[in-house]
Amino acid sequence: MADKVQFELVSPERLLVSRAVEMVVVPGSEGDFGVLPDHAPMISTVRPGTIEIHEGGQVVEQIFVAGGFAEVTGERCTVLADEATPVKEIDKGAVQSQLDAVRTEMAAANDDAAREKLAARVEVLEAKLAAAA
Amino acid sequence: MPSLKTFRVRIASVKSTQKITSAMKMVAAAKFRRAQEQAVAARPYAERMSRMLGSLAGGATSSDGPTLLGGTGADKVHLVIVATSDRGLCGAFNSSIVRAARGFIRQLLTEGKTVKILCVGRKGRDQLRRDFAKNITETIDEVGKKRLSFADAQRVADRILALFAAGEFDVATLFYNRFKSAISQIPTKQQLIPFPVEVGAEPAAANESGAIYEFEPDEGDILSELLPRNLAIQVYRALLENSASEQGARMSAMDNATRNAGDMIKRLTLQYNRTRQATITKELIEIISGAEAI
Repeated sequence: MADKVQFELVSPERLLVSRAVEMVVVPGSEGDFGVLPDHAPMISTVRPGTIEIHEGGQVVEQIFVAGGFAEVTGERCTVLADEATPVKEIDKGAVQSQLDAVRTEMAAANDDAAREKLAARVEVLEAKLAAAA
Repeated sequence: MPSLKTFRVRIASVKSTQKITSAMKMVAAAKFRRAQEQAVAARPYAERMSRMLGSLAGGATSSDGPTLLGGTGADKVHLVIVATSDRGLCGAFNSSIVRAARGFIRQLLTEGKTVKILCVGRKGRDQLRRDFAKNITETIDEVGKKRLSFADAQRVADRILALFAAGEFDVATLFYNRFKSAISQIPTKQQLIPFPVEVGAEPAAANESGAIYEFEPDEGDILSELLPRNLAIQVYRALLENSASEQGARMSAMDNATRNAGDMIKRLTLQYNRTRQATITKELIEIISGAEAI
């Protein structure tokens, strides 16, 4: 049995992580799940949150994702993220100002479809802010 | 015979043109490298996406699946998306896409189908307007003016999805230039909706991995999220290929122009020198024959 799982994190613009890790915790839309070697194959959607890479019982890396999909098989875990930023690189001030801008836009929006879209954006930004905290 | 001055003026003008074309070539080369890197960087995502989609679509039957996968069941109204550049001076880049698209549109029209055209990029619209002005429903331009980002592709994909959701068309086909090398680009037609599923390939792939996936939340929900995403990815990939192709085409077009200008300068210089020599000889003959006459 392999004692590592091949973890890959890709965003549309680049490949962020591709290496063997001991465990990775992914924020699935139905709850966080940890992936260890020989995990049962599954496909899940991902909610905005933080992916944690564990090594030797410690969290060694945290990466914020804004949603996407995760595919898990016995040997590998692939996350297709809509947007991914390492937690260390999140600029809290910038996110906060973006959040404020979207909130004011949402207050001004008058049709439901637009409001829904903006609400999703707010959720992502709030999660991003929480990840950085 | 043209005077020496006209030659000098022409040589100077060709020289300055050459300077411009060689500068454009340099710029295109730099942009080309960037575009190529970007296209390479985007590849893993598209690959993983199609792998995931393959394992998903294997289970879903097209009849009860989402319409993005199975289609609306009709093929009356076609949406043709023509991706071109906003700027010219890139050889046959735009014309070759437009030519391919035009042939396809003609064929659809003779079959009695309704055709709607969505132009991405100004140049394609300009060329298609001549023949199919009334078919062009929309134009999206200034796509990736500085640097093509995923958000640009998302914008295009959102437009397509909105049209599809409104029942504006049944089948969507995308035309773009597939990048092969700096001097060779292949105009490519790709069907986006319904998403073509290779029926033969899938069961084999599913057997090979031997995996039965668990789905969270459930298969239908994932598919309905994954498919629009996949559309955006396909558009993104096409746009990236297109921008690499565009810069490649421009690079080689400008290289040719620079070389042609060089040839022209050589020819003009030769003519200029001949004319100068002829004038000198003529003057000498005049002096000598004048002296002999005395």
